[in-house]
Amino acid sequence: MKPPAFEYASPASVAEAVGLLAERGFDAKILAGGQSLMALLNMRLARPELLVDIARVPGLDSIDISGGCLGVGAMARQRSLEFFPGLADSHPLLLAGLRHVAHPQNRNQGTVCGSLAHADPAAELPALAVATEAELVIEGPNGRRSERAEDFFVTYLTTTLEADELLVEARFPLPAEGSGWSVQEVTRRHGDFALAGAVVTLRIADARVADPHVVVFGVGAVPLRCAAAEQSLDGAEPGPAAWKEAAALVAEAVEDPLDDVHASAAQRRSVAGVMASRAMEEAAARA
Amino acid sequence: MGENKPAKVAVALTVNGRSVSAELEPRVTLADFLRVDLALTGTHLGCEHGVCGACTVLLDGRAVRSCIMLAVQAAGHEVTTIEALANEGELHPLQQAFVDKHGLQCGFCTPGFIMAAAELLERDPDPSEQALLETLGGQVCRCTGYEAIIESVRDAAEKLRQQGVGPLELLAAALEKKAAPSGDDTGGNGGGE
Repeated sequence: MKPPAFEYASPASVAEAVGLLAERGFDAKILAGGQSLMALLNMRLARPELLVDIARVPGLDSIDISGGCLGVGAMARQRSLEFFPGLADSHPLLLAGLRHVAHPQNRNQGTVCGSLAHADPAAELPALAVATEAELVIEGPNGRRSERAEDFFVTYLTTTLEADELLVEARFPLPAEGSGWSVQEVTRRHGDFALAGAVVTLRIADARVADPHVVVFGVGAVPLRCAAAEQSLDGAEPGPAAWKEAAALVAEAVEDPLDDVHASAAQRRSVAGVMASRAMEEAAARA
Repeated sequence: MGENKPAKVAVALTVNGRSVSAELEPRVTLADFLRVDLALTGTHLGCEHGVCGACTVLLDGRAVRSCIMLAVQAAGHEVTTIEALANEGELHPLQQAFVDKHGLQCGFCTPGFIMAAAELLERDPDPSEQALLETLGGQVCRCTGYEAIIESVRDAAEKLRQQGVGPLELLAAALEKKAAPSGDDTGGNGGGE
């Protein structure tokens, strides 16, 4: 058998799941869709003593729109969100982003919150969460807290989640009226992890760029929100000159990109700038 | 493995229309359960980390990687494997299309391709080029170069449209027919109880 031996628990409530985590600490691991965890287990890169399968906790698979946000529960599959009625109108950026997440055969099983908690720096969902200023609802033994996505990602595969905490919901604010958006990435094959990618949202007000959000991913330890690029875009006249200037700032902001067999650090930095530039152009065209 | 052997878990699910149950170590993958415990070796194992797609089966009609899923996760659900497709020796239109259009050479990846295509065509009898490529792009073939596979799925789609039936709809009818005469839906060759 490929995976190492582990115990298995299938709690019936979030409180029970959190209780197990509190009891076992980092020796326990949450199992949601398993699309990242099971690969790690099969390669024995992870050896938890206990898997806490949250699939049978009632209500955790909910997806709903309330309070100006699209709320996605911990067990909501990526594919269920993709097919959530009206998503193309209510949150087209999320829909476009989801289609880049692995393959349908993985999205059928993988969860949105699982991808966020796994925090792979090349994954799309963490970047989408940062770009849309998603709020992450986290439950621990002492109750609930919420955290901005931008503060949630610490480094490679590491978030602020404590050993006894469960990410129960991701709340993506609905796009503002007239908001333009784009997600761009370079992969060797559609559905692979991005070598580099960018998510941009912005509005055009009085023929000027307003409220720009620029995030690149696949180039560092966490999704990188580029403050300098956003400042340069804010109030700028939309057009190639503005995109070029902001994209240069994006490439500059990429500090220490991954350097591996798939792409050199220099290539990733360069591609991040190009992706950001294309995303700005497309977002402006949609605004 | 470890010094302490974790407790086994009871798993009951439906596989190809039959109820099966077993007591399993929690770490048994769905793929190993199908292949080893149920002797359904049509589901193949390639990379065993969710990338190649050879192990693709349907879980409640959705194509999933059975190598990165535990058998216990499938408890209470309905699993469909390649073995369910042919009906009393007659190939399913998807299988026949792979024969007719030379959609396979060594055949190792074929069950995965067919199961992934089955979900796609059930959702969308006339998929766009993009939808077709995005779905088949999640499966790896090292022989054919994909062109013949794409042709095969297109051919199957056309034949199914002519018949006015979805690939899984067709399957459900065949499974019902198979299940009906025996009246026995417990056990089969399943389980380790």
